[in-house]
Amino acid sequence: MASEAKSNVIDPLVDNNPITLQVLGICSALAVTTNMMSSLIMCIALTTVCAFSGMFISAIRKHIPSNIRIIVQMTIIASLVIIVDQVLKAYAYEASKQLSVFVGLIITNCIVLGRAEAYAMKNPPMLSFLDGIGNGLGYSLILMGVAFFRELLGAGKLFGHQVIPVANEGGWYVPNGLMLLPPSAFFVIGLMIWAIRTWKKEQVEKPDYQIHQVHRTEVL
Amino acid sequence: MADSSKKKGLLGGLLALPNDDPKKTLFIAVMLCLVCSILVSTAAVSLKPIQTSNKKTDIKRNILAVTGQSNKAGSVDELFEQFDVRLVDLSQGSYANTDIDPVSYDQRKASADPQMSVNIKDKQDIAGIGSRAKMAPVYLLTEGDTIKQVVLPVHGYGLWSTLYGFLSLEGDFNTIKGLRFYEHAETPGLGGEVDNPKWRAQWEGKKVFDENGDVEIRVIRGHVGKDSPEAEYKVDGLSGATLTSNGVTNLLQYWLGEQGFGPYLKNMRSELGK
Repeated sequence: MASEAKSNVIDPLVDNNPITLQVLGICSALAVTTNMMSSLIMCIALTTVCAFSGMFISAIRKHIPSNIRIIVQMTIIASLVIIVDQVLKAYAYEASKQLSVFVGLIITNCIVLGRAEAYAMKNPPMLSFLDGIGNGLGYSLILMGVAFFRELLGAGKLFGHQVIPVANEGGWYVPNGLMLLPPSAFFVIGLMIWAIRTWKKEQVEKPDYQIHQVHRTEVL
Repeated sequence: MADSSKKKGLLGGLLALPNDDPKKTLFIAVMLCLVCSILVSTAAVSLKPIQTSNKKTDIKRNILAVTGQSNKAGSVDELFEQFDVRLVDLSQGSYANTDIDPVSYDQRKASADPQMSVNIKDKQDIAGIGSRAKMAPVYLLTEGDTIKQVVLPVHGYGLWSTLYGFLSLEGDFNTIKGLRFYEHAETPGLGGEVDNPKWRAQWEGKKVFDENGDVEIRVIRGHVGKDSPEAEYKVDGLSGATLTSNGVTNLLQYWLGEQGFGPYLKNMRSELGK
């Protein structure tokens, strides 16, 4: 039990990371990673939703009729997301304005529904809660990494503080504007997946198909 | 649990049914919806006061920013004190004679109230707002007796949403000091670029009216060159967001035109000329 709880939190960080291994939840990773502050808020929001939705779904898992289980899961997730959104609007107004629709879009984040369906439906509440925390942290780790590179190279800042003096304020660094645009998140995530799979060879997928050399013996 | 033991007959019976039984399915669905809706509405209602005060401060902060006052020292509320808030009767073009407190006046609520608003005919409704409040607040930044800046609330439809913002004019009631939207739901990265500081910076120094007093200010497609004709009335379009750009043009044309603040601005300018 204790070891499963531990592995629920540790595994999704690198070995079974929802973004780099399962390639889920990419949409928000593109949208909110232009600066570290909004990514941090997004990560906290997603981790909270993921953990509590796992816990609640797992608590009633034995009574969920299988033909409406996805709707039940979505209802719980959606309610949690609305609550998180309301709390952000009350206590982190500036951040919630920046994140705008993306907090609401946590509902459609595949990681949350994926963990609910794959784990919480079959395991007890506490373990599901930890599983949600683990996956949320795995997501956060990648998101913060992407945001770090994007904000640093795109604006010369970290958490809004200038760390590299930029050219139009008299410094030496000419910011790379591309890093502030959505495609750069793809590049950064791609490079991260490459780095992780070089380090952990077992994550490399087998090719889906191989091109065989065909020796034609007949003329069509 | 004590509560459920009383109804154990019904509740226990329902829970004991197989999960795929239609009765249980219905029961679970109804219960879940009830619990979730109670949670959501509790959160929404209990957090409402904080959210409204956040919104009010945000509006004040935007008024300060659009007039270029936001980098001065002092809290938002203190800085906002220097503004003189007045209500304008839009069709008369003069300050309204009412008992309504201009600071607490809610233009949005008034636009929805048939008593306090007028319907706009389709042809005139270029901003796509349906009805307009009879009165609108203006925020005056004065120095002695002269008006330094006047901030006008504007709103209109873009692509997905109504954009709410403030337009600040210099004391000549013609030169733009700034334009800023504080609420919209345009596509982030495309129409959402109305929040881009670089785009916003272009508005400063542009002129609203030509010599004949017609509203000329507009967002064009593409880039405004330094020597393009009438550059002082034109602002660069947002690339990839033609409909939002058109929306901004339309809402400015509406609110600065005859239906909006036009009569008020005309009166103020003719007063200046005296």
